[in-house]
Amino acid sequence: MLDFLRDIAPNLVKKQGEFVGAIGQTLYMMAVSGGISFLIGMALGILLTVCKPGGIRPNRVIFTVLDRLINVLRSIPFIILLTAVIPLTRLISGSAIGTAGAIVPLVFGTVPFFTRQIETALAEVDSGLVEAAQAMGMIPWAIIWRVLLRESVPGIVRGSMITIVSLVGLTAMAGAVGGGGLGDFAIRYGHQRNQVDITWATVLTLLVLVSLIQAVGRRIVKRTTH
Amino acid sequence: MLRLEQLSKTFDGREGRVEAVRDVSLTVKAGEIYGIIGASGAGKSTLVRCINLLERPEQGSVWMDDIELTALGEQQLRQVRRGIGMIFQHFNLMASRTVLDNVLLPLRDAALPRPQAADKARSLLKLVGLSDKEAAYPSQLSGGQKQRVAIARALANDPKLLLCDEATSALDPQTTLSILALLKQLNEQLGLTIVLITHEMAVIKEICHRVAVMEDGRVVEQGDVYGVFAHPREHVTRRFIDTASPLQKIYRLLAADSPILRLQKGEQLLRLKFHRQSAAQPYISDISRRFHLDMNIIFGDIDILQDAPLGSLVVIVRGQPEDVARATDYLRQSDVDVEVMKRA
Repeated sequence: MLDFLRDIAPNLVKKQGEFVGAIGQTLYMMAVSGGISFLIGMALGILLTVCKPGGIRPNRVIFTVLDRLINVLRSIPFIILLTAVIPLTRLISGSAIGTAGAIVPLVFGTVPFFTRQIETALAEVDSGLVEAAQAMGMIPWAIIWRVLLRESVPGIVRGSMITIVSLVGLTAMAGAVGGGGLGDFAIRYGHQRNQVDITWATVLTLLVLVSLIQAVGRRIVKRTTH
Repeated sequence: MLRLEQLSKTFDGREGRVEAVRDVSLTVKAGEIYGIIGASGAGKSTLVRCINLLERPEQGSVWMDDIELTALGEQQLRQVRRGIGMIFQHFNLMASRTVLDNVLLPLRDAALPRPQAADKARSLLKLVGLSDKEAAYPSQLSGGQKQRVAIARALANDPKLLLCDEATSALDPQTTLSILALLKQLNEQLGLTIVLITHEMAVIKEICHRVAVMEDGRVVEQGDVYGVFAHPREHVTRRFIDTASPLQKIYRLLAADSPILRLQKGEQLLRLKFHRQSAAQPYISDISRRFHLDMNIIFGDIDILQDAPLGSLVVIVRGQPEDVARATDYLRQSDVDVEVMKRA
């Protein structure tokens, strides 16, 4: 088995320790920045929905500012965002390079996208349900929790899956600030040293990762849709 | 019980200002079923939403048992809303919750502990005839069953008032009748006051005690259902009544010059409209004997409204012109409306 691998992927076998480390770094970046982005994006998505004209608590100022800010952040290419937020990164994580240095730009790259996903998922909840809840005399928090979020679980899961998959792509770019991970690994060996087997191994790993995420997501959606 | 005073509500739409409700005043008595009928866009949906202030009227006030709802703060308003049930055209059930959980939803904020709340929800489901469906999800139910769940949910906090926003408009005629029968039963058993809006006169006819007719945001006519059906004043009202009556057909046949309605010389086509007292009398045989007339009944529609008969007969009369004229006078004096539809 190992002989066979050595034949078709000689470089990968030599760098296997580094390869496993790169997978670990990718998963670490995804878990930390994904977790943080989930919380912030969820909060902002709810805030947008609630403050939207015709929402539960319409607030034009908050809505407009947030809406524009998200558009601006979404328009910045991630590779530029990576370097643009360096001062902030230094402030928050103490270092602008390495895996820790990648977290802040990853959060900046993910939150606006995820906020939109949440906003879309919540917008799919029939406004009649909110009306029914208001007619019952429910307080706004209860409407958000028991109606909006509860009813949009499948939509939120779907949005989260799409976001995680796009996060996989972003973490690959984080290699540019020395963030490590699979993308960095593939560029340094696969691209710059023309070790094709490393490129293929990276692609395959990412493919498996994306498929796994999709499969899990689909399962949850199926379970929560009635 | 419920009093609306000079309510007005306008919307700023894409096509300019829309005056959805204009200066509407009406009173609903405790224990009655009050129907509001209007074509789509007449403002009835907005009006019913103004009652529990899902829509804030710009002018006017809403009173419920001497409490002015329009003057209440958020929190007090929520308290009042718990005492007003509401059901909708599209049921508005939570798809992610079972039938039982849907009924339990309004009880979450009540002081009731969970087991008691579940007992209550079950007894409500029994009341609406869905005891066996408590574990089902709304998507597994038919339209009529969904509306029953919605009714059970609306009753969870023991409301005195139930608002029905086109509650039967998405249902087939058979299911509509069963839902209306349920509403009537709740009205009689629980003393529940019901305000319902609809565009179908048949719904009004079936269960309402009083009715208001809306057009262009205004209430143009109101009164007890029998009176409005027997003596409609406004053109819209007449149109709505016609839609609920098979007599419509006669007018179409007449316009198409159908052979059934062709008259011989000396014949007249009359529409006789009977009311509370006159419907019980044998007028047809009475006038045919008294004035030597031959009567041919072409079409008939006698309905029972609020336990009193109301209806029309379309007849062809043959006889001497002066006899027909005397018979017409006689009928008019006896509280029968006579309309000459066609003369030969």
